[in-house]
Amino acid sequence: MAAPIIAIKGLQKWYSGVHALKNVTLDIYPDEALGLVGDNGAGKSTLINILSGTQKPDGGEIRIDGEPVRFSNPRDAMDRGIETIYQYNSMVPTMTIARNVFIGREPVKGSVFGIGILDQKRMRDESVKAIADVDLHLRSPDALVGELSGGQRQGVAIARAMHFKSKVMILDEPTNHLSVKETRKVIGFVRALKAQNITSVFISHNMHHVFECCDRVVAMARGEIVLDKRIGETSIEEIHEVL
Amino acid sequence: MKRLMKIYLEKPELAAVVFLLLLLLVFQIRSNGVFLNTQNVRGMLGLLPEMGLVAIGVTLLMICGEFDLSVGSVFALTPMTMAVMLAAGVPFAPAFAAGLAIAALIGFFNGFITIRFAIPSFITTLGMLFIARSLTVVISGGFPPVIPANALPKWLFTIYVGPGDLFRMSFFWFVAVAILATVLLSRTNFGNWVRATGGFLPAAQSMGIPTARVKVACFMICSVLAGFAGTIQVMRLGAPLPSIGEGLELQAVSAAVIGGASLAGGIGTIFGGIIGAALIRVIDNGLVLSQVDANWFKMAIGFLTIFAVVVNAWLRKRGRAMKVET
Repeated sequence: MAAPIIAIKGLQKWYSGVHALKNVTLDIYPDEALGLVGDNGAGKSTLINILSGTQKPDGGEIRIDGEPVRFSNPRDAMDRGIETIYQYNSMVPTMTIARNVFIGREPVKGSVFGIGILDQKRMRDESVKAIADVDLHLRSPDALVGELSGGQRQGVAIARAMHFKSKVMILDEPTNHLSVKETRKVIGFVRALKAQNITSVFISHNMHHVFECCDRVVAMARGEIVLDKRIGETSIEEIHEVL
Repeated sequence: MKRLMKIYLEKPELAAVVFLLLLLLVFQIRSNGVFLNTQNVRGMLGLLPEMGLVAIGVTLLMICGEFDLSVGSVFALTPMTMAVMLAAGVPFAPAFAAGLAIAALIGFFNGFITIRFAIPSFITTLGMLFIARSLTVVISGGFPPVIPANALPKWLFTIYVGPGDLFRMSFFWFVAVAILATVLLSRTNFGNWVRATGGFLPAAQSMGIPTARVKVACFMICSVLAGFAGTIQVMRLGAPLPSIGEGLELQAVSAAVIGGASLAGGIGTIFGGIIGAALIRVIDNGLVLSQVDANWFKMAIGFLTIFAVVVNAWLRKRGRAMKVET
């Protein structure tokens, strides 16, 4: 088997008296679609927050491509190619699609102390292309994100992650609060990632969604990994059993 | 046509512009043509920069999702600091710089306390309103210092220039700041961060924007502009009074809101804030020239503020509802 793209070893996290992650060890391999399931409070979100740089672990180590890393903020994780798409949506509804695609990574024409004039033409052109690449059809990059449906927003978020060539995409409950039709669309996005050689971690409450688009499923309960199997070797019943 | 309508409805500052033009017309008629004569226009344009500069800062800060009630006090403290130093024989440039440095420090303090202790900026800056006002009175010693004659470079800030002596120099400072602020907000990456921070903080944070630094920067810009505006007023009047700028903080918020900024952050334009400030000045002046009891002024501003927010919300909803290809 290929070397893991992300190797998590002995990860620990405490929240004042609650042991949220108990010695979690997990390898994530290139190009696989990993489903992460578990009840509320099982430690999924904590694990994801540490991987995406929003929280720091109390112990253990993370290696990316064999290299130990320590993220102190989300930007560090993004710079290492790990992009997270949160359930609450990482878009600003009062801003245009083009501006949202480039939030925090705006192309500028010359800059003083890191502040410069935006290259708006490039932002527009590249966001149109990025969105078309995920097979999403939107009228204009100048439309406000607030006018898009939930599924379209997830699509734009995925397009953004792909535009910035992320290697690993973490999708935190991307199908929450979506209609059936929109859910199909998002699952389609996740499936398409594999073809683009992007590793994905798909977090969901819904086992059916996980079984539909993942290669491997990891179940967590009480801060520990209680099951780790290929999709073909397990069943929804077995996972419900261990949770 | 429909498309133009949608663009119009989604830009509340344009509604304010139409209202401003309407008011100009009404006051012109009601005052028998005095309102728009050279002398009165000169008077209004002379006062506008002082309120307009404060409104620019407050609007920027509101778009960033925060709030500053201390601008009225900073408006007084900055020139008082300068005046006390001038009276002690310090040359203009260092005294002016010291005043603005105090303003910047207050802005930094407002931002730092608000973010470090996660308290609403309403509270931080309410406290600062009292602190800065008190400091102003204390350093003046109760008696406004006498600014030495010729200590102020009036040619740079307050003399009349242009055709028919229509403008004061302060107007050009105001226009320059307005253009800079507009470019900063709508054309730079910093402006993008400001809008994202005010629009949806969790998203801005998860995209790695240094939101705390962005907010502190906006607090500082807001405070410095208020201090600069107060300094211009003192140069115009020739003497610093510890009471100037009282009530200005709320008028500036009104201006921003009338111009379409949202208290919740993320929405608004610098141009809108300026139009709001112009509306307030026009109403103030127009009521007097129309021989209406000047005590109706606050009533008019009050109604306009509420009316503007209600109308803006309604217009935006109608604009959104229009299904037009954009």
